Amino acid sequence: MAAPLASAGGVDLRAAANAALTSRWAKPVVFTLALVPLVWTVWLAYTGELGAEPVLESVKASGLWALRFLLIALALTPLRMLTGVAGLARFRRMLGLFAFFYAAVHLSTYVGLDQFFDWPAIWKEIVKRPYITVGMGAFLILTALAATSTDGMVKRLGGKRWRALHKAVFVAGLAGCLHFIMLVKGWQTAPLVYALICIGLLAFRRWPIRLGQRKDGRRKEAPVRTRPAAALRSGEAPAPHFPDGSSPVRRS
Amino acid sequence: QAATTIKPADPKFDPTTPMKSATTYNNFYEFGTGKSDPAENAGTLKTRPWEIAIGGEVGKPMTIGIEDLLKFPMEERVYRLRCVEGWSMVIPWVGFPLAELLKRVEPTGNAKYVAFQTLNDSKQMPGLRSWVLDWPYTEGLRLDEAMHPLTMLAVGMYGEVLPNQNGAPIRLVVPWKYGFKSIKSIVKISLVKDQPATAWNKSQPREYGFYSNVNPDVDHPRWSQATERRVGEFSRRKTLPFNGYGEEVASLYAGMDLKANY
Repeated sequence: MAAPLASAGGVDLRAAANAALTSRWAKPVVFTLALVPLVWTVWLAYTGELGAEPVLESVKASGLWALRFLLIALALTPLRMLTGVAGLARFRRMLGLFAFFYAAVHLSTYVGLDQFFDWPAIWKEIVKRPYITVGMGAFLILTALAATSTDGMVKRLGGKRWRALHKAVFVAGLAGCLHFIMLVKGWQTAPLVYALICIGLLAFRRWPIRLGQRKDGRRKEAPVRTRPAAALRSGEAPAPHFPDGSSPVRRS
Repeated sequence: QAATTIKPADPKFDPTTPMKSATTYNNFYEFGTGKSDPAENAGTLKTRPWEIAIGGEVGKPMTIGIEDLLKFPMEERVYRLRCVEGWSMVIPWVGFPLAELLKRVEPTGNAKYVAFQTLNDSKQMPGLRSWVLDWPYTEGLRLDEAMHPLTMLAVGMYGEVLPNQNGAPIRLVVPWKYGFKSIKSIVKISLVKDQPATAWNKSQPREYGFYSNVNPDVDHPRWSQATERRVGEFSRRKTLPFNGYGEEVASLYAGMDLKANY
């Protein structure tokens, strides 16, 4: 798999992907794309195309996109390990924050539009309904991770503690999937597929498969260990580099 | 062609739901679990020819074609519909009381319940390939509930032929129970001695009881049933016991514990 990727028809795809992902346009483009679901849903609601129950539909849509962005963010590292496209790592923070953003939209549409700020009723639901308890748990984790996502917070916490804290993103992902499974009627396919993807990503991090071994048995890719940029700046550890000269560490 | 019009829903408090909403926001898992799936996928349902086989504890079992069912004297009735998921609509149905059909087959003294079954053809119903429910979809009523004058078989809505996604060509409407009791696209009716198994009850017995009368005081295990949102409205309404039909039907359950018999 890695071989044809690396040189299909004489073009080094890995280098091309890396160049695209590290160009100055990559981040603005991804940022804009990540806003499309929000703009699209608002547009459908505005034009009355969101169906008979626009309130529930927007609660549902924002929740789904929160889960999707979370899974995409979680998939970046496995994808980078599989393909050796180091530039993927630049988007973890942004996409993780988009997962938090859509989760916040999800929660506020539920609170404001569905329950109409009926706080006693909402509190009762959070405590009494396991699926809402689980969903709130996922949201609180994402809030903590979003709040500590800045370079300053990485520095303040120190690389080790920061990494340990941010492993909780998997708990949030599993809780999000569980929330989805629990809220639908019966055993529906879609929530189970999301859960399987999440478990797959988690399993990959535990037992990574690495493709693209050299004939001499050495990996094409340097052992991947991301370290928060701030920890590296303080000289705690050297920045890992891939053979192509790119680094998994965010450089911007 | 509606001979009489019964309006148990007060138009002042219960304005009729726009037809577009009632025909595009549906639960009909035989065509997918999304709310817009039935409207998008139910085109494959063939409603002619169509027959209902009626048997069991009856004197005169029969198989009746849709042409003959359409000869029953039709009425238009505006009913509230409350979904177990917490939304509701107000729909003008066209149909006739189920009792009229049941009387023709002459239920015997052994008939205590009525079991219903939906068409089970995966060629026409793509949703049957998913294992969300134990197909075919089945539902049931106690005989007195089935014979109640409010219980009807609908063949139309909004003065038009029933759209496929709403359960064409013929469906049950039991306005004081959660919507899933009102089984769609019926092919079989059996009068039976014992309480029949029903699809949602088999799938999640703790959540969906046999009776499933609309009851704001008995929560669904996963959500409150105290309020509902009328489709098209912004704020929530208080849910009424028996969906507001208590005067007509509460006596059916005299002396019963409605929390235990949810």
